[in-house]
Amino acid sequence: MSRSTLAIQVGMLARRSVVRTLRQPAMVIPALTFPLLLLAINSSGLDSATRLPGFPSDSYFEFALAIAFVQGALFSANSAGTNVSNDVETGFLNRLSLTPLRRVALLLGQLAGILALGLIQAVTFLGVGLVFGAGIKAGVGGALVIVAMSLLISLAFGCLGAFVALRTGSGEAVQGVFPLLFAALFLSSMSLPRDLIETDWFRTIADWNPVSYMLEGIRSLVITGWDSEALALGFACAGGLAIVTLAATSSALRTRMVRT
Amino acid sequence: MSRGGFISVAVAVGWRNVHNYFTNPAFFLPGLLFPLFFFTAFAGGLSRVDSVPGFDFEAGYTAFVYGFVLLQASAFGGIFTGFSVARDFESGFSRRLMLAAPRRGAIVVGYWIAALTRAGFNVMVITVVALVSGLEIVGNGVDLVGLYSLALLVNAAAMLFGSGVAMRLRTMQAAPAMQVPTFLILFLAPVWVPYDLLTGWVQAAASVNPLTLVLGAGRGFIAGDPTKVLPAFAVVAGLATLSVLWARGGLRSAERVA
Repeated sequence: MSRSTLAIQVGMLARRSVVRTLRQPAMVIPALTFPLLLLAINSSGLDSATRLPGFPSDSYFEFALAIAFVQGALFSANSAGTNVSNDVETGFLNRLSLTPLRRVALLLGQLAGILALGLIQAVTFLGVGLVFGAGIKAGVGGALVIVAMSLLISLAFGCLGAFVALRTGSGEAVQGVFPLLFAALFLSSMSLPRDLIETDWFRTIADWNPVSYMLEGIRSLVITGWDSEALALGFACAGGLAIVTLAATSSALRTRMVRT
Repeated sequence: MSRGGFISVAVAVGWRNVHNYFTNPAFFLPGLLFPLFFFTAFAGGLSRVDSVPGFDFEAGYTAFVYGFVLLQASAFGGIFTGFSVARDFESGFSRRLMLAAPRRGAIVVGYWIAALTRAGFNVMVITVVALVSGLEIVGNGVDLVGLYSLALLVNAAAMLFGSGVAMRLRTMQAAPAMQVPTFLILFLAPVWVPYDLLTGWVQAAASVNPLTLVLGAGRGFIAGDPTKVLPAFAVVAGLATLSVLWARGGLRSAERVA
């Protein structure tokens, strides 16, 4: 099969995936509004935490802005998982397996919807942040890196959702995994910097939780500027998770297509 | 219908929902996990906040967060039962149930039994987790009765509100209409810090939020320093009464199409 044929296949499936995601307000609206709602409530409710000695910013809004990007990415997992499980449940994947479509085209096509939603989220959260007074210390270049990291995190969690959907073929299972992903966010350095977390067991979990480093990567660009260590750790965690979940999704897709 | 008939309908509806709840993880887990996540994330991750100047809750940050999570678990226990009511209407079960039960109020009482059981179980699990992670309740037995009575009334108000919405709209798509107002009223109260440490629009919202008073009284019971107990009970009893009227209107609406 030629490269151009593959590109056509990817393009068609990507278009379907993007249109399907954007046509479902039930998927797009909560993915935008819930992170913003939590940001609005947290930033006002916890502003007094900035008075703690060693707190890295005098604005909790700037500190909490990174949460919206990662929380939005968790919605990508739900959205991608729900779409893929729907394809399994309705027999769409069965029908595709009878065509000469390449597996990689199917995978890349499905991921396009996740990335489209991730891009809308990242631009929206960044815009809201700027409108409400958050300064991006790393400047315009930093804002672009925030969008890039946010897309990588969306890809990682989106692949995780797609993996669960392909393994189980059930939308209910995808919904069941969603609270566990939220646990990963809550058990991170979401609310306070790790060195200010007082409870030992919580700090240990936050130290081992890759979500902490994703948050800190984005947060560093907002409140510190260019921090190479935070960025390297953030990209390593997001990229590493994306590679692992992409490989798992590819393997699950192969099994699913053989089954059908 | 005799009183025995009323009770048997209520018990049957309650038992069916409790059974469904405990045998289906998709129903069971969200209502339990969300308050647990909030408790672990905030009692563990934010405990340093009690060092902020002006934070004056003697019983400690774990007890401060527990006061909120207790009310949250009670409210969610009620709202998730509202989802069950909507699901029963969507599947057609409620129409058959209404044909079989001449006094339909018994059906609502049955759902409340289920809501109470769900919330009771969730609160028990959260309390055990909180005690293991260092919760100290300074209040005495009378304070505890006050604390859990408040939670009981919040559970009833949330369940009746959710049922009222579910019986009017009769579809699971009504879930956000039950969940979002509950979420907002809960989170626009002083959740993580005392009222005096709130800033901006959340403080303005908390000043008119009736749950601020209820949360303050609940935390007062935990700290052994009951404050504004009568106004808090008056507020929550008022909310429960309004919810009874709202649920009764929903029941009438459902009866018209049954």
